[in-house]
Amino acid sequence: MTPRTMPGSGLAKGLWLTLRTLFSKTATIHYPLEKEVPVARARGVIALDADACTVCMLCARDCPDWCIYIEGHKEMQPPAKEGGRPRSRATLDRFDIDYALCMYCGICVEVCPFDALFWSPDYEYSETSITSLLHDQERLGAWLETVPDPPALES
Amino acid sequence: MSALFDGFWALLGLKVLVSLLVILNVALVIIFAELKISAHMQSRVGPYFAGGRYGWAQPIADGIKFIQKEDLVPRDADRPVFKLAPMVVLAGTVAVFVIVPFSPTLVVRNLDLGVFYALAAGSIATVGVLMAGWSSANKYSLMGGLRAAAQLIAYELPLVLAVVGVVIHAGTLSMSGIVEAQAEPFFHLGETAIHLPYLFQGQVIGFGIFFIAMLAELSRTPFDMPIAESELVMGYLTEYSGIRFTMFFLGEYAGMFAMSAIASSLFLGGYYFPGLDSATFGPIVLMAKVGLLVFVMIWFRWTFPRFREDQLQSFAWRWMVPLSLVNIAVTATFKVVF
Repeated sequence: MTPRTMPGSGLAKGLWLTLRTLFSKTATIHYPLEKEVPVARARGVIALDADACTVCMLCARDCPDWCIYIEGHKEMQPPAKEGGRPRSRATLDRFDIDYALCMYCGICVEVCPFDALFWSPDYEYSETSITSLLHDQERLGAWLETVPDPPALES
Repeated sequence: MSALFDGFWALLGLKVLVSLLVILNVALVIIFAELKISAHMQSRVGPYFAGGRYGWAQPIADGIKFIQKEDLVPRDADRPVFKLAPMVVLAGTVAVFVIVPFSPTLVVRNLDLGVFYALAAGSIATVGVLMAGWSSANKYSLMGGLRAAAQLIAYELPLVLAVVGVVIHAGTLSMSGIVEAQAEPFFHLGETAIHLPYLFQGQVIGFGIFFIAMLAELSRTPFDMPIAESELVMGYLTEYSGIRFTMFFLGEYAGMFAMSAIASSLFLGGYYFPGLDSATFGPIVLMAKVGLLVFVMIWFRWTFPRFREDQLQSFAWRWMVPLSLVNIAVTATFKVVF
């Protein structure tokens, strides 16, 4: 059995709490005037390192929302040694992510075998038109600058 | 100019205009206070951008938005009654201000039956609420209207009975008379005269009952069953939009101002404050007291949950009415004995 308290003490407690909150500082960050600093691992936007991409299509195929569009073609490379066989190399023609569809699951980043995709904590890319949320290869590459350095390896 | 103001109708028109302007502006200020205080009580900021600083223009912007909205009338609604209801509510609320004394001279009309008039005029708003609930052709509105009627009848009684104690003390029903009676020294401590409002002259229970009944009359939390959002959508306001909704909204906040002004005059000494000249500082003193009461109302709203309908009824009939009767008996006894 709980100890008996004075009747109405609960009411006073509630009033005291709201009064205290009234005069304490608010938790609000006034967004456009001051900016929240997201943690380094925040899932803000996906950056693309186009040089590392081999057009393997794993990300496009594993994307649950099918929001990644990839097109590429093969180019023949000159042989590495004299008299050798020319090598074929896949080149990227188009790499688009439609952020209107993306659900930020990060499967593409996880699945990429060549570390071509990275999470960036940047989040300021809202648009007035939904079609503008389709980021092309150039724009995805520009996000690369905002990718934080990976944490140092444990010794 | 003076010839113009000599006329009865010109003076009446001026009084109505000034009162309406004051009431609507104070209502806007109270709305803004509610927005800001509720926000800070929830560790939010509330309006921030409207008007440049602190969002001071938010209630004005809201009002402009409401006026732009379509004035919808449901197909099955009782059109004339539906359209008239918000006006009745607002008019009933504004009518109360006739007898509120802002200073010894600044009063629209010092009626001898002031308190009686205030309580009677204040109850007209109830009719408006019932009209709104009935005419909307909506089950939620009807439920809200009926709840409002039941609640307002239940709490009208303790409200009136709580005032009786003050009336016995003052020996007059005139609001100015009651305030002046409180300005009289209560007792003398040696040379200094001690002035006390009726709240500290033994009307603590009376004030408590009046304040609680006042909250119920205004349908403020914890007595906001008539517009219980979680049960009745918006109660009797469900079908209202645009300018008519705005009138209800303004009526609610003007009602807070009106009831607070009456409570201040009856229990807290009205425009009188010891050491301050009533003629010059009267309105400021009264507004400060009103502000205090309004703050407490807002404070209650954002702290307490809502009563259940049966709890509300049993609270009114089993506690408030008997307590106020005892209060009257005790006050009368003391008045006779001392």
